[in-house]
Amino acid sequence: MGRYFIRRLWQTIPTLAGVILLVFILFNLFGGDPAAILAGKIVSPERIATIREQLGLNEPLWVQLWIFVKQVMTFDFGDSWSTGESVADIISQKAPVSLTIMVQVWLLDAIVSISLAVAVAYRRGSLTDRAVMGICTAAMSISLLLYVVIGQYVLGYTLDLFPVLGWSDSLWTNLTTYAPLPVFLLLLVSIAPSLRLYRTFIVEETTHDYVRTARAKGASENRVMFVHVLRNALIPIMTNMAMQLPGLFVGSFVIESVFSIPGLGKEIVAAVLRSDFPVIKAITIYLAILTMLVNLLVDLLYSWLDPRVQLK
Amino acid sequence: MTAPAKSSSAPVSEGFWRAAGRRLFADPLARVCIAIVSVYFVLAALSAAGLIAADWNEEYGVSYANPWFLGEDYPNPQGRNSLISQETMVIDDKQRAVDPLAPYYDEIEERAMQYQLTQRELRWTLPLGADKWGRDLVRKVIKAGEISITVGIGAALLAVMVGTFLGAIGGFFGGRTSDFLEWVYNVFTSVPYILLVLAFAAVTGKGINTIILVLGFTGWTSVYRLIRAEYIKQRSRDYVAAADALGASSARKVFIHILPNVSHLSLVQLSQLVVDFIKAEVILSFLGLGVPPDSVSWGIMINEVMTELVLGKWWQLATVAIVMSVFVVSFGLFTDLLRDALDPKATRR
Repeated sequence: MGRYFIRRLWQTIPTLAGVILLVFILFNLFGGDPAAILAGKIVSPERIATIREQLGLNEPLWVQLWIFVKQVMTFDFGDSWSTGESVADIISQKAPVSLTIMVQVWLLDAIVSISLAVAVAYRRGSLTDRAVMGICTAAMSISLLLYVVIGQYVLGYTLDLFPVLGWSDSLWTNLTTYAPLPVFLLLLVSIAPSLRLYRTFIVEETTHDYVRTARAKGASENRVMFVHVLRNALIPIMTNMAMQLPGLFVGSFVIESVFSIPGLGKEIVAAVLRSDFPVIKAITIYLAILTMLVNLLVDLLYSWLDPRVQLK
Repeated sequence: MTAPAKSSSAPVSEGFWRAAGRRLFADPLARVCIAIVSVYFVLAALSAAGLIAADWNEEYGVSYANPWFLGEDYPNPQGRNSLISQETMVIDDKQRAVDPLAPYYDEIEERAMQYQLTQRELRWTLPLGADKWGRDLVRKVIKAGEISITVGIGAALLAVMVGTFLGAIGGFFGGRTSDFLEWVYNVFTSVPYILLVLAFAAVTGKGINTIILVLGFTGWTSVYRLIRAEYIKQRSRDYVAAADALGASSARKVFIHILPNVSHLSLVQLSQLVVDFIKAEVILSFLGLGVPPDSVSWGIMINEVMTELVLGKWWQLATVAIVMSVFVVSFGLFTDLLRDALDPKATRR
């Protein structure tokens, strides 16, 4: 286990190097000279000269690459070109805001779609099953934008059930006042695909022989579904949930823009619009590292949940 | 290999594509989907050729003109019975006394007469209403559809070409080439997709061509995965060994012998990606990162809707929501049915 972990960790290094190279090529070779990008924003030539120096733009490319690698290693991406704040500060301020929304969505989505999936898979082929699947297919076809725009207008503006938009400094106010509507709208979008996926996982399990054995032994239907089937189906379900983890930190770009939630998603969109390269570079690298770690954790999770899986 | 005399009278077996086409058309749902999607494609092609909706950017009605079924007046505050009237300036002696241009009034009038000013009679109602600038929503939604569909198809074609090419090379050759391409694949998939798109968009700037390139060069990974697995399976088949025995070059084996046997998978992927990319384009344009603002797409229309709704102008939203959803739903269903027809063994996603 320990050796496996270390070997897998070792294997992520080439991938990380690749991501660094990709981001470097994108922003340093195709991104253009920051002096040209910043000409309209920063007036003082000294400031631009400092930035050029920080990026090593007057040096050969390999020196620039080394500067970037050092930035990644020390997690110090310098200051935002627009606000002058340090990138690390921006991320540590914005990520918790996105998490406030996304963790709720993640948990509620799992609870609702797993319980619905068990119910629907149990009656598979029935009218209920086909109706629910039909609704899911239709719901998945409609763009997230329409849910958000119409949901905000109808539930927030016309019916006045929720505030139309906003965010506060207090976690409690956010959770009780501002978060419910975005969370609800995101759930409308996320439940349909999760439900469809989880249903196929559970249906696949119900066809195995052990289910028939359990029934033959006289186990109750509840026991068969929740103890025997669900425990096995939880392995792919947990994998899928773990894969969603990195995304929780960036939040939803659309939701955060429409509801003016000062999270990482809104920050990224703003950074792209302002050509604020340090912020985008930092977030891309962080997310890639997070994704690689999560992939590693998923493998470990497999062996923990399913003793048949051998880690080699 | 001459066929035995006995089988010469037997019916020729149906080709793969013909059989798949027959399976697809046997389904009435597929026929409906194909009909709907064809209408969109024809409209988009006509619009691209400049035959319809070329004048989408012109003022046809009053600002927020009603759709025809609402009548001319209510609830448009600028409707016919509205109390708002345009201010007209009366030029009297007092005005002449303070205006330094006063001595030139006659000359100005005379010069102005030389230009024929044709003002279009602005309509109070339009078939589906108008937006803030009085543009006809029918024309606008067709033009927006043309852009969105162009981006979707262009990016999907690019992604499928890149993915199929890399997948073919990686799957067929194995070894170092395969390892290298796997590494590139791992790099591209270790960044969340939308973030990757935004990172590309940040450096490339705006424009319809750039958005096609961005979506295409970031979206090839799923195609690559599938085609690579298929090439690994196909490369040890007998027909490839036979081609090898005949002295076919690697390129010939990859592109002439094996490619036709996996091209149906690429086609299904193409269809799937068109829907995905149209959805992605809509979201990018909505966020202001996609199509430039002097152009129009379904995402830009939804973006404009946000301020209109508060004024009670719901018709642009209704138009774009229905037009876009009908297209995405029917194209999505068509993709599923196409997959069933071309690749009956595959399970639906």
